[in-house]
Amino acid sequence: MVNVGDRLSMIFNRNAIRDAVIAVVGERGLMVIERSALIAVGGLAIWALIWQLDLTVNGLLVGSVYALGAVGLSLVYGNLHLPNIAHGDYMTLGAFAALWVFTSVLPDAWSMNSVGPFTFSYTLFIALPIGVLFVAVFAVVVDQLVYRTMRRRGALPGVMALASLGVAIALRGFIQYIWGTEVEHFPRESKKFFIWTVDLFHLQDVVVRIPPDMIFVAIAAIVLTLATYLFLNMTKWGKAMRAAADNEDLARVTGIDVERTNLLTWVIGGGMAAAAGILFATGQGQLLTISGWKILIPLFAAVVAGGIGNPYGAFAGAIFVGVVGEVSTAWLDPSYKPAVFFAAIIVLLLVRPNGLFGQSRS
Amino acid sequence: MFGEFEGLILHIGSFLVIAGIYAIINVGLNVHYGHTGLFNIGIAAFFALGAYTASILVMPPPNPDLYQRYEWGGNLAFTLGAERIGFDLWFPLVLIAAAAVCAAVAYLVGSITIRLRGDYLAITTLGLGEAVRLVFTNEGWLADGTRGLNGIPRVLDGLVDPHWYDFVFLPLVLIVLLIVYFVSQRLAGSPWGRVILAIRENEDTVEMVGKNAFQFKLQAFAYGAALMGIGGALYAFAKHSITPQAFEPFFATFIIWAMLILGGSGNHRGAILGAFVLWVVISSSQFLPGFLADPNLRLAVIGLIIVVVLLVRPAGIIPETRTRT
Repeated sequence: MVNVGDRLSMIFNRNAIRDAVIAVVGERGLMVIERSALIAVGGLAIWALIWQLDLTVNGLLVGSVYALGAVGLSLVYGNLHLPNIAHGDYMTLGAFAALWVFTSVLPDAWSMNSVGPFTFSYTLFIALPIGVLFVAVFAVVVDQLVYRTMRRRGALPGVMALASLGVAIALRGFIQYIWGTEVEHFPRESKKFFIWTVDLFHLQDVVVRIPPDMIFVAIAAIVLTLATYLFLNMTKWGKAMRAAADNEDLARVTGIDVERTNLLTWVIGGGMAAAAGILFATGQGQLLTISGWKILIPLFAAVVAGGIGNPYGAFAGAIFVGVVGEVSTAWLDPSYKPAVFFAAIIVLLLVRPNGLFGQSRS
Repeated sequence: MFGEFEGLILHIGSFLVIAGIYAIINVGLNVHYGHTGLFNIGIAAFFALGAYTASILVMPPPNPDLYQRYEWGGNLAFTLGAERIGFDLWFPLVLIAAAAVCAAVAYLVGSITIRLRGDYLAITTLGLGEAVRLVFTNEGWLADGTRGLNGIPRVLDGLVDPHWYDFVFLPLVLIVLLIVYFVSQRLAGSPWGRVILAIRENEDTVEMVGKNAFQFKLQAFAYGAALMGIGGALYAFAKHSITPQAFEPFFATFIIWAMLILGGSGNHRGAILGAFVLWVVISSSQFLPGFLADPNLRLAVIGLIIVVVLLVRPAGIIPETRTRT
């Protein structure tokens, strides 16, 4: 007897659909259908992207913010097999560390003139590295206290993820205890948006509005992702990290100190999280203790879209998720965005479980 | 009635009701995580679905004078013949309906993600928890959006002074908890439960002896979600009113995880004990002096409990008894 669950999973099983279609139209027919479906969907998507140009541009910029977080998350996920639920709260911690620098170390920052078209003064470039360093150290300490013990005990990934949930909750609790739950912001000076009016095929004028800070954030995201790529592929330590991620035992046999590559993963992952948190707060113009939790859903959507453990894939996935989220607001209430990300995760898992660019493991 | 102790007794009553409800949900989580190894961080989704399903099924027709603008409410209950069988008989049916809705949603979501690697379920349920809350926040016609549903009718109402209602409701909660406990305990010892436990230990072996591990996991996911739905339904009756904000992750997901880890995952007695112990800690912490009463510190403590128990005593207060066969 075939029960309901089997039938449901058959409906959702690509191969079963494939076989059924092949039985009716043959291999060639299936190819034609697949191609034309792809062209239709792609065409429709491109039409939507062009027609909603303002939202598309916004989506690219929002996506670059997600990218900053997703690259670090994907690196930790891939190297340590830990879906780090505390990643969003590491971002928040970085942002609040920077806020501490602005209030306690550089109180002059609040009255300083800002740089160029941006809302922040050069003090951001002092606060940013301090925040990055702080969270990198914090991530290493948490790893030594919590995750290393669990790794030694041979804990399952699920138990590790649970521990990271505990870390996330505790961290947010302490942040809210110290700084309160009010909306905070960095020292900023209001600046004009860049505004372009684009004439779409003489049919419609679209006004594209870009906050200048977001351009800075997007460039920072690209630079940091590139730096990660160069580090992982060009340096000895980067290669060791990738080797350890790929096969820990084999890496150990070849003389790689896996505990040290694990620490390095946390330094980079935590540092990227802090940079993401600080730049996110700069780009948004505000800083909330809850935003680290809220951003977790698009971040995981980006990581799934990019293929887990693939940092550059996560970058592309983040851009994809950002654009999908923004363009969806043309038809849906913006508060539904997390639901759109959720739907994106489900659809991606159904259609391309190994990410947009991953090969299917057969 | 009890003089100076009245406040305290009332507090204990409402405390026990909520702890009992958390215990029911915790048994559901234990079925997910403790027995099957499914990592569900979207408990809030099933909690909310259960509560809203129950409320929608019992709410009277919307009263325009109170600016209520939900559409289903009373009409649905009347169409289904609620007034003919009387509300007190309608009550168990409502619980079953809440369980059924949650099981159905879990079945659908699970059939997509459970086949994939375990951590995908965590990511999906994380999204599900937020998505369900968003739907109830935004869709005013469904349950009045952020204003929520107020004045949810209660079972056995009018038996005592509304002031003392918790003591009427408490036995009902405890009866449901006992039923849930015994059914889950029997299930865990049944052939079905033994397959579930075997899947947690080694899925490949289970597949090798010819069991469809995916099917069993899916059934366990739906069953646990149904228990969470029952808990949610009872919560709606206990609180008399619900809003989407009541299902924020802190009270609807995190606390329950901490309860399970503290009590001991993998055995239902531990899950129930954990719920009562942690709820004592949380609900009494508001009476602590000074900074200790800070709700944010409570949040931090919940997180620390999860981490510390996982590190120091991974088996929890009551460790699971492992049977050898």
